[in-house]
Parts: sequence; C-alpha cells; structure tokens
Amino acid sequence: MSVQEVLPLGGLATGPSGQYRADHLLVADMVKPGSKVLDVGCGEGDLLQLLETRGIDGRGIELSREGVNRCVAKGLAVVQGDADTDLVNYPDDAFDYVILSQTLQATRQPRVVLENLLRIGRRAIVSFPNFGFWKMRLQLLIGGHMPRTENLPATWYDTANIHFCTIKDFVQLCDEINVKMERSVALDLYGRPVPLNLPWWVWNMFGEQAVFLLSRGGGK
Amino acid sequence: MVGVKSIPSPAISADERSHEVDHPSSQVAHFGTEQPLRLDCGVDLTPFQIAYQTYGELNADRSNAVLICHALTGDQHVANVHPVTSKPGWWETLVGPGRPIDPKHYFIICSNVIGGCMGSTGPASINPATGKVWGLDFPVITIPDMVRAQAMLIDRLGIDTLFAVVGGSMGGMQVLQWTAAYPARVFSALAIACATRHSAQNIAFHELGRQAVMADPDWHGGGYADHGIHPHRGLAVARMAAHITYLSDAALHRKFGRRMQDRELPTFSFDADFQVESYLRYQGSSFVERFDANSYLYLTRAMDYFDIAADHGGVLARAFAGIKTRFCVVSFTSDWLFPTSESRALVHALNASSARVSFAEIETDRGHDAFLLDVPEFFDISRAFLQSAGKARGLTGKKDG
Repeated sequence: MSVQEVLPLGGLATGPSGQYRADHLLVADMVKPGSKVLDVGCGEGDLLQLLETRGIDGRGIELSREGVNRCVAKGLAVVQGDADTDLVNYPDDAFDYVILSQTLQATRQPRVVLENLLRIGRRAIVSFPNFGFWKMRLQLLIGGHMPRTENLPATWYDTANIHFCTIKDFVQLCDEINVKMERSVALDLYGRPVPLNLPWWVWNMFGEQAVFLLSRGGGK
Repeated sequence: MVGVKSIPSPAISADERSHEVDHPSSQVAHFGTEQPLRLDCGVDLTPFQIAYQTYGELNADRSNAVLICHALTGDQHVANVHPVTSKPGWWETLVGPGRPIDPKHYFIICSNVIGGCMGSTGPASINPATGKVWGLDFPVITIPDMVRAQAMLIDRLGIDTLFAVVGGSMGGMQVLQWTAAYPARVFSALAIACATRHSAQNIAFHELGRQAVMADPDWHGGGYADHGIHPHRGLAVARMAAHITYLSDAALHRKFGRRMQDRELPTFSFDADFQVESYLRYQGSSFVERFDANSYLYLTRAMDYFDIAADHGGVLARAFAGIKTRFCVVSFTSDWLFPTSESRALVHALNASSARVSFAEIETDRGHDAFLLDVPEFFDISRAFLQSAGKARGLTGKKDG
C-alpha cells in the first residue's frame, strides 16, 4: 500500500484555535465519540483532556513521574509505565483506540510497540515528527549537524528520541507488518494539512509531522 | 563481664491498656446476637463491637464519607491525640484541616479492625460466653472479615456509598477488598503501599514476629491475661524485626549510620552502643505499651491469608471485572515490603478490568514507612485524586464556598 491510496481526512480538525495543538485536534477528530482510548506516552495529559471534553473515556500511560503527577492532578486516569515494556501486559482488544502521539520516536522497539498498539486497540492513531521534513534535510545537508527544530529542540546527545523516521519509512513499516492505513494527514510547519492532491513525496518533504489512523490489516 | 540490658518493662500497665480494649474512649457500635459477623473461618462472631472515630460532617445527600483503613498496628485514632500514648494521630499528615483529607469537605470515618485491641472485638476482649479474655479461643480472622465488619458499621451510620476508601499497607489491602467485595459502594479508592496478596517474604517476616511472641515465657500459650502479665519482651522483639522491614538501608544510614549512643567508644558489651540499637529498643518498648500480643498474632495472620486473586480462580482481573470505582494506586521506590512490582500487577489487572486507574510511584529512600511520613509529592497526588473524584461525584463547590 502506498500513501496515495490513503483516504483523505474529512475536513481539517476544528476547535478553539490556539487552545489545543493542531495534531491533537486532528487525532481527536479521528476518534469516535463514546469510545475507549488509551494514550501511550500521554505527557501532561493535554490530549486526554481534549478527548474528555468530547465524552471519550480516556486512559493514559506516561513514563515520567512528573507527567503522571500532573495528569492525576487534572483528574485523569494515568498510570506510570513504559511503552516498551508495559504494553505486553495489556489484554487484546482492551480499547477502541490506542494513541501514540509524538512518542514513537522515543521507543526502543517501534515495530514491537506498533504491533502491540494494534493488538490492544482495534485501531491505532500514531503521530510523529517527520525526519524527512525539508528543514531537517537542510540542516543535515547544509549545516552538517543533527537537525533541531522548534518541536524537537534537544541536542543529539540529550534527547529521549532514539528512532527517528520519515513518513516514507513509517509507511514502509506499516506495509511490512500488514497494517491498514485508514486515514493519514501530514501537517506543515504551521500545523496546516498538506493538500492531499499533491504527490506523497511532497508530504515527505513538506510535512513537519504526520498523523495516521491505522487498523489491523486483513489477510496474511 | 558482659553487660546485658534487656528491653524495659512498659510504663503503662496492662489495666490501662485493657480499659481501651473493652471500653474505648472513642465511639462504639455494638452488634447484638441478631446481627452476627460471619467470619471466613465459618464461625459467627456475636455479639461484637467496633470502635471508631469520625471527623467532619456527613452532607445532606450522604455522599462525602471517606473511610480510612488503618495498617497492622494502627487504630481508629487517625487524626486525634491517642488516648494511651498521648501522641498525635497516626495519619494526621494526610488527615486533618488543610490536609488532603480535610474534615471541612469530608465526613471521615476510621474504625479499629476486628481482631484489634483498641475497642473493636478481638482476642484481648472479654468473651461473653466465659466472662474471661478470649485469648487464642478467638476465631482466626481475615481481611475480608475486617471489611465485612466495617461494612456493617457503614450501614449503621446510614451510608450507602462511600465517596472514598483510603488506606496504606494492611489498610490498602482493606481498600482493595472493599472494592472487590462491594464495588458499587466505593466511588473512589486510594490504595497505598500495598498488594493484592501477601508475599512469601512478608509471611516469613510475620512468622518471625509471631514466633518471638510465642517464645516469650510470659505468653503462656496465649493465656497471659489469666496470669495478669503481658509477653512484652517477645512482642517488642517482633516489633523491632517488623520495624526494620518498614525502613530501608538508605534511610537507616541517613538517620543513624554507625553512630554511637551517648559514648565515644564501644563498651564491649551487649548494651545499646549504636544509636540504631537504642532506636529499635525504643520502638519495641513503646509499642508494647499500646498493643496486645495476641492481637498482633491475629492481625499478622489476617494479612498472611490475604490473596484477592485466589478467591477469583487465580485471575486477579476477575476480582475487579466491570468495576466503576476510580482507583489511585501509589507505591514508593524504596518499599521492599510492598515493592512497586506488586502495585504494577494490581494496576495491570485493573486495566484489564477496564477500571479507571491512576498509578504513581513516589521516589523516596524512606521505605515502606513513607506512606505515614511527610512526603509532599504523595500528598499532592492524594489531594488531586480526591479533588477530581469529588468533582465527578459533584462534591466540590458545595461546601467549599
């Protein structure tokens, strides 16, 4: 499967602009109201809070103790845990959606994590920073150093991110483990979706981040 | 000659203590023969009584009751001066005005467990059938028995659903038992430094303590009351051993190191040369002033028998199937009695049961005891959890003003 076959997202996520991150709004729009969601790597719970405003039953896993404490302080149901080691303990089909928002690149075994997401949830929503983004490419090509952007400000030696990929790489991985892509959106530098009528290499070049709605592939 | 000083006799007489056993200075709920307590061992305990304290007021719709469950050697005096020791309440760091569990917002209830020795019926109470102290004739009790008795007290107080059940260690076991046995009666549960079953290592420590009590010649096969004495040496040793398990190596080092007590050089005796030794002896001797030896045997046994999964075909998640209770589970990094792995197993089971659960591990070197100490991060979490649960229960804004 290639990106061209991916169905377009019906309209850009709307909401009180400025209050929520563009990718969070996008993710939230992909979740059916009333469903049960697990947010893996939920940080300080911003996405979970957004989901709760839409009547979605949200749970979270977060690695950092401070993050967990902040989430609990917001009244969210969040447990301290590690995506790499703890997901195996979750039963099959426990959630309608499992979300991995801007966390894939920080996992030790992205492939195993992705497989677990689609075992625990009937669907998975994955968003990640696109390392194929033109600014990234330019920094490495011209500057000759590991790229740093506004969203990824850490230097190479003190970042939690260990497995960067491009949109192209991710699509390849999904193909390999037989994951069906139901929807996908690339967001540009300003959080706007890259027009879908453009060829996918444009996404890979101009998408600063990408959001995918995945489900278990048929066959195989 | 080698100098030997044994543990001193308690300053409070057995009479003073036994007064609290049957005629506590707190409130008491009596349950007559028409309301027996059905115990897991098959015996109906009747009549019996439960001693309890309350703080704050029950609101109009009876939705703000918080039940505090005490740990092994705790009692109902959670946030008031203790009638025997004159010390502050055992959890007044967490419970009290301005604290996370504030009597301004909640109707707080804390009862002495069945089998205890501070006013609830236990082995130190008078057996109405014989007119003598129960001693080892008292039936063996379990954590579910304690909770069943508490539920009868809650009924008596006219409360249907508890806003929260809160407890640490053995109290945490009661919290979990409450949610497993009466899921609809518990709106939120705060389970701290506990587990869904007592581990082999913990059973081993308890056996050490019980054997210390039983090895004391003053124990008299559990019938010491008839002899007018108390096996305080054995009980003090049991307490000393247990106390070590409540701390951590790091905490003991920070507090005492290898420092000497009131001297520069070792005395070359078995006197308490080291500060850590005097500390433990003090812990042992002050404990026997307020606690009954047989009660210690019964309560440690109750913890040993605790295993929620065993009652549900060995599948922990089944104990919490379909539960609506909001959970917050807290563990401490240096707790080796109830390590984080135990809490994690619970959290995984709760997740598998679709329960709404939060879980946090608090970084501290203070060991199991941390749940009783001033640990701000733990208080922040407790406060926030209860506040958000209160919001969901519609509590906030009513009395806050």
